[in-house]
Amino acid sequence: MNTVVLTGIITSAIAFATPYLYAAIGEMFSQRSGVVNLGVDGIMLVGAYAGFFVALNTTASLGPMGLWLGLVLAALAGLLMGLFMSVISVTLKAEQGISGIGLYMFGLGLSSLLFRVTIGTVKTVDGFKPVPIPILSNIPVIGPALFNQSVVVYGAFLLVPLAWFVLERTTWGLKIKAVGQSPAAADSLGVSVNRVRYVCVCVGGMLAGIAGASMSLATVKLFQDNLTAGLGFIAVALVYFGGWRPLGILLGALLFSTITSLQNFMQVLNVGISPDLAVMLPYIVTIVALMFPINRARQPAALNRPFERGES
Amino acid sequence: MAKIDQTTVVRRVIDPAFSCRLSFAFWGRITILLGMPPAISPAIRRTQRKIRANWNDIAFSLTLPLLAVLFALAVGAIILLLLGVNPLDAYAAMISGAFGSVQGITQSIAKATPLLLVGLGICIAFRASVINIGAEGQIILGALAATAFSLAFRTLPDWLLVTLTMIVGFAAGAFWGFIPGILKARFGVNEILSTVMLNVVAAQILLALLKGPLMDTQGVTAGTFLPQSEQVPGSVWLPRLVPQTLLHTGAFVAVILAIVVYVFLWRTTIGYRIRAVGLNLDASRYAGIRVSIYQMLALTLAGGFAGLAGVVEVLGVTHRLLEGITSGYGFSGIVAALFGGLHPLGAIPASYLFGSLLVGADKMQRAMQVPSSLVYVLLGLIVLFVVGSQYYARKRATRRASTTVTTVEEEVATA
Amino acid sequence: MKTRSVLIVCVLIALLLSSCAPGAQPSGGAQPAGGTQPTAAPQQPAASGSKFRVAVVMPSAINDMAFSQSMYNALLAIQKEMGADNFEIKYSENMFNVPDATAAIRDYASQGFNLVIAHGSQYGPSVKEIATDFPKVAFAWGTDVNTFGLPNVTAYTAAAEEGCYVNGVMAAKLTKSKKIGVTGPVEVGDAKTCIDGFTQGVSATDPSIQVSKTWTGSFSDVAKMTEAAKAHIANGADVLTGSSQSVVGSIGAAKDAGNVLWFGTQSDQASLASNLVVASQVYDWVPTLKELINNINSGKLGGNTYTLRLNNDGLKVAYNSGYNLPADVKAAGDAAIAGIKDGSIKVQP
Repeated sequence: MNTVVLTGIITSAIAFATPYLYAAIGEMFSQRSGVVNLGVDGIMLVGAYAGFFVALNTTASLGPMGLWLGLVLAALAGLLMGLFMSVISVTLKAEQGISGIGLYMFGLGLSSLLFRVTIGTVKTVDGFKPVPIPILSNIPVIGPALFNQSVVVYGAFLLVPLAWFVLERTTWGLKIKAVGQSPAAADSLGVSVNRVRYVCVCVGGMLAGIAGASMSLATVKLFQDNLTAGLGFIAVALVYFGGWRPLGILLGALLFSTITSLQNFMQVLNVGISPDLAVMLPYIVTIVALMFPINRARQPAALNRPFERGES
Repeated sequence: MAKIDQTTVVRRVIDPAFSCRLSFAFWGRITILLGMPPAISPAIRRTQRKIRANWNDIAFSLTLPLLAVLFALAVGAIILLLLGVNPLDAYAAMISGAFGSVQGITQSIAKATPLLLVGLGICIAFRASVINIGAEGQIILGALAATAFSLAFRTLPDWLLVTLTMIVGFAAGAFWGFIPGILKARFGVNEILSTVMLNVVAAQILLALLKGPLMDTQGVTAGTFLPQSEQVPGSVWLPRLVPQTLLHTGAFVAVILAIVVYVFLWRTTIGYRIRAVGLNLDASRYAGIRVSIYQMLALTLAGGFAGLAGVVEVLGVTHRLLEGITSGYGFSGIVAALFGGLHPLGAIPASYLFGSLLVGADKMQRAMQVPSSLVYVLLGLIVLFVVGSQYYARKRATRRASTTVTTVEEEVATA
Repeated sequence: MKTRSVLIVCVLIALLLSSCAPGAQPSGGAQPAGGTQPTAAPQQPAASGSKFRVAVVMPSAINDMAFSQSMYNALLAIQKEMGADNFEIKYSENMFNVPDATAAIRDYASQGFNLVIAHGSQYGPSVKEIATDFPKVAFAWGTDVNTFGLPNVTAYTAAAEEGCYVNGVMAAKLTKSKKIGVTGPVEVGDAKTCIDGFTQGVSATDPSIQVSKTWTGSFSDVAKMTEAAKAHIANGADVLTGSSQSVVGSIGAAKDAGNVLWFGTQSDQASLASNLVVASQVYDWVPTLKELINNINSGKLGGNTYTLRLNNDGLKVAYNSGYNLPADVKAAGDAAIAGIKDGSIKVQP
C-alpha cells in the first residue's frame, strides 16, 4: 500500500468523523442532563438545509462570509428544533424516545419540503476549502491528512477538549452532571433542573444543526432529501459507545469513520473482502469493540426520566 | 368471574407504573366479592359510582389525543395555506381517505397489522425497561427466514407450511433480538447501540442475499436483475379477507397475539417478572429475579414479534421478499405502541388509528398533489403534540389516583 | 359532562368533513395539473380529443436527478407539447412502501385515469392484481419485461448497458492515469446493467485500464458516495461514473477535486458540474409514452413490452456542451453508438 493511499484513508477518516463528532457531543450534553434526544437526525437535516440555503444565496455577494453565515443560521435552526424538543420532553415531560422519533419525522419532512419549495433541484456549493496549517501539514503521510482540512473539521476536533473542559472543569458542567445523576438532590440545592435541561437540549440541537451544515457545506457540499441517511442515529449510538465522555466519543467516531474509510479503499483496491461484508464492517466492529470492558461508564441515572418536584 | 374494575383498566392504560400499586389491592377485592352474599353491599355500590364517574375519565383520555391531533393539523393548515392549498379540502380528503371507503378502512387495517405486531414486541421490551429500536432489522430477518423456508419446503401441505413458516420467522426475528439481549446481559453493551448497528447489518444481509442466492431467476434471465426474490409458493399466501383489497388473515393473527401477550404479561409468572424488572430494577433483584435474564428474554420476544411482522408482510401483502420490505414499520411500530399506552390491548386501537393516519395522509397527498414530505411534517407534528399532551392526562390521573388508592385501601381494610 | 360534549362535537365535525369529501373540489397544489375528481368509478376509455389523464406512482422523489425524475420530466414534456388542458398529470412520489403504492395505484385506477404508470419494479404484483380488476384502464409498469399476459398492461425497461457502454468507450479514451472509478449503490437492477456495460466499453477500447468498483450498499446515502468517490480519486482515478440518485455525492467529489471527469446515467447530470460532466446517458421516455398514448386513444390498452435502446431513441447519450470534448473521443463515442444501433457491437446486460 503506497503512502498516497494511506494519506487518503486518514484524510477521509478525519473528514467524515466531523458530523458524527458534532452530533454526538451535542447529544452527550443532552443525555448527561438526562434527556434522550432521538431526533438528532431530523435536526441535522434542518441544519444542513438552512446552512446550504443561506450559502447558496449569499456566496455570490458575500463570498466566504456566506458560508459562515450559513453555519450560524444552521446553528440557529438547530437551536429552535432543540427548543421544540425541550418544550415537549422537559416541560410537558413526554416519553422521550417517542418525542425524539416525532422530531426526526418532522425534521425530515420539513427539510425536504423547504428544499423542494425553495431550491427544487440538487445544486452544489463551493463550500469550505481546506486550510492547511503551516509546518504541521508538511509532515509526511499524516501531515496533509490531519492538518489540511477545512475549518469546520478542525472545529469538530477542537470541540472535544472544549466539551471535556466544560463538563469537568466548570460549575456549569457540575450542574449538568448533577441534574443527570440525581435531579432531586440538585433541585434541593437550588439548581433549576428544567433550566439546565433546556440549555443542554438546545446546545445539543445547535451542535446537531452545525453537524448537518458541516455535511452540506464542507464534506459533501450539496443538499439532497435525507442527506444524512440515518447518520444521526449512529451518532446517538456513539454516545453510548463513548460512555458519555468526550474522549470516548472521539474514539468511537474515529473508529467508525476509519473503518468506513478503510473498507472504501479496500473495495477500490479490490483487496479480498466482498463489498457486502465490507459495508457491514464498521457496524460489526463497533459492537465487538464494546464487548471489551474498557472502563465502562454507567449511564446518567436520571436518563429518560422527566423530573417532577415531589416525585422520586 | 369478578367484574373488572373500570378504574384499574383506565389507570393501567395511562400509567403503567400505577398498575403495580393497585394490583395487590385488586386481587384483594376479588376475594372480597367472591365471598359476598347476594345483597348489594356498600362496596359494590361504591364500585358502581366509580364506574359511572369513570366514563368521564375515558372520554378525557380519548379527547386529549384528538385535540392534540387537531392542534397539529392546525399548524399543518398554515403550511398548506403557504403552499397554496385549501386546508379544509386537504383534511377532508385525509379523513375520507382513511374512513370514508372500504378501500381506506381495509388498507388501514392491513397497515395496522405489522404495526400491531411490532408494537406488541415493543410493549414487552418497554415493560422490562429495555428499548428495542432494532425492530427494522428483526422484521428483515423474519421476512428473510419466511421466504427462504417456504421456498425451500414448498412441497409441504398448506397448513403445515404456513404454521412452520410463521414459527421459523418468529425464531429468526427472536434470534436478532437475542443478540442485543445477550450482549447486554453478558457484556453490558447498551441495547440502543447494538440494535441501531444490527439494523444496518440486517439491511446489508438482505441486499447481499437478494442480489445473490435469493434473486428471482426470472430477473436474471430477463436481464433486469431486480432486487427481489422469487414469489413464495401459493400454498403459503395468507388469504385475502376482502376482495380487491390488501386485507389478509394476518390481521386476525395479530389481534389474537395481542390478547396472548396480555395474558402472558399479566397472568403468568414470567410475564409478572418481566414487568417487575421494568417497574423496579433493584427491588426485583432483591426479590431474587435475575434481571439480566429477563431483560434478555424481553428483547428476544420483542425481536420475535417484529420478525413475525416481517413474515406477515411477505405472506400476506407482497408475496415475495423485496428490498424495501420493512417500510419503516420498525419505527412506526414504536409510535403505535406508545400511543397505545404500552399495553398490548391498547396497541390494537392505537395501531389501527395510526394506520388510518398514514393511509389518510397518503390520500391527501394524492388528492391535493402536495409534496410527500408534507406528510412527514404532519405526522411528526401529530406524534409530538399527542405525546406532549399526555402531560395533562397524567396530571389528571395522578390527581384521581391519590383519592382512589385511599378508597380501595379502606375497602380492603374493612372487608 | 364537558369533556364528553367536546368529544361528541369532534366526532360530529369529523363525520361532517368526511361526508363532504367526495364532492370536494381540490385546487391544484404546487403542480400545473389540477382537476375535478369524479365520485363514482367511471372506467370509460378516453376518446381522443378529450383530456388525457395520466397518473404516475414513483418510488423516489420527482427531483431525485435519476430514475423518478426521468419519467416525471418526460410527462411534463408531453404536457408542454399537448397543452395542460389536454393532458393532466397526477403523481405520487416516495412510494417505497409497496402496500401504500398499491393503494395509490388502485385509487388512481378507480378515478377514471386513462393511464396509470407504476414506475417501480417492486410494484409488479400489485399491477397484476389491479389491472385484472380494472380492464378498461391502461397500466404501464417498469422496469421489467413482464406484462402478465394481460391486455391492458404494458411493460417497459431500459437497456442501460448500451449507453453506459458508450460512456465507457469515451472514458477509456479520456483517462490519463489509466484508472477509472465506479461508485455504485447496490449491484442490482439497472445500476448493475449500466456498470457492467460501462466496464465492457472500457475493456473493449483499452484493456490495460484499471476499473475499480465500489458499492455503498444504499441507493440514497449521499455521504457514502462522496467518500467512495474520494477514495477512487485518492487512488489516482481521473474519470468517475456511477448510478442512482445518491450519485450526486460522487459528482460533488469530482467537482471538489477539480479535474476529475464524470459520466452520468438515467438523467442529464450536466447541471451539477458544468465543466466536468462529459456525457450522460439519458432515459427518454417520451417516444415510448407517445406511442402508448396513441395506442390507448385508438383502443389498444397494452400488451407490449418496450425497451429503451439507442436504436429506438429511448436512450440518448447527451454530450455536455459545457465540456470541451476532443474530436477523436467524440468520434469514438459516435462510432460506438452507431455500432450498437446496427448490432455490430453487442453489449451484455
